[in-house]
Amino acid sequence: MLSLQFVPSYELASLSEDDKMKKLLSYVKANNIVVMDGRLKAEEEASLIKYTMGMINNKFKGIEIATVNPNEKLLQGLSKLRINIASMLLGRSQGLTVIGPATIIKDIKKNPNKIQLFMKRRG
Amino acid sequence: MTAKFTDFITEIFSIFRKKRTFKLGLYGPPNSGKSSLANKICEDWTGEPLSSVSQIPHETREVQQKEQVTIKSGSKSLTFNIIDTPGIATKIDYTDFLKFRMSSKVAKKRAMDATKGVIESVKWLDNMDAVVVVLDSTKNPYSQVNLTIIGNLAARKTPVLVVGNKIDLRKASIKKIQSAFPQYNVVGVSALKGTNIDGFYKSLFRLVK
Repeated sequence: MLSLQFVPSYELASLSEDDKMKKLLSYVKANNIVVMDGRLKAEEEASLIKYTMGMINNKFKGIEIATVNPNEKLLQGLSKLRINIASMLLGRSQGLTVIGPATIIKDIKKNPNKIQLFMKRRG
Repeated sequence: MTAKFTDFITEIFSIFRKKRTFKLGLYGPPNSGKSSLANKICEDWTGEPLSSVSQIPHETREVQQKEQVTIKSGSKSLTFNIIDTPGIATKIDYTDFLKFRMSSKVAKKRAMDATKGVIESVKWLDNMDAVVVVLDSTKNPYSQVNLTIIGNLAARKTPVLVVGNKIDLRKASIKKIQSAFPQYNVVGVSALKGTNIDGFYKSLFRLVK
């Protein structure tokens, strides 16, 4: 069965990079689509790819990952300032990260306001 | 006396500057034409290709390197170590290789080697003086792999030149790549046919000057 696993950023904040990647991938390998508030850093994304490659076998074929940011062009003046200050105070990056098993997610299409998950047709 | 000493020091430094070799990495997703571009560069300036190329993804599964490739543009010349890296991907499915009439055993081996190649590519990100990100200009540039590569290079402050390859194909769009990565110089080429390769060399010189 496929399920969505919401991972709040505070749950990962105290973990080392290694533990963070292992945790995310453990959810994905258990056929969960991980939805995480905030974004991984660029270096963490590279690290996630490295860990994923190390786990690939005949059953686990890898991941699909998408990050979504609020469209900065649409945010102006006070709205932008408010979001930046809130992010700074809460110590988190904006946006949303979605990570799923490659064998199940056919594609993750992004637009600024919604995420569409296209599930692979079976049979 | 002081002036002579200054000239002497300047000359010494200029010798070292002239001899500097840039480690130039070619990065990108699988099948974007990294090895074709590496081969074009190496054939143009050394007479020998660097890597084998194929339509089957993940043909380059180990980092390939050609040292001391001196490229000339106008009156200037620069020496590079050209480093062709395996394509970076978030997924590798051995069954994709079966479509190319490979046996299951060969396909599984290729997939395993490809995973190691991706890990190697990511590790090499720290070693580059400059990077050419090679993208297939017929494909959507907004893929997570492209964003991750460019994001990592930006975080390391590595100079980046984005190449939109395969501009000879009907579906090619350099504009899409330019709008995806407006902060970078984007140059369109066909590595296979040699289209706009001089434009590429000029952009490369601007990148590392």
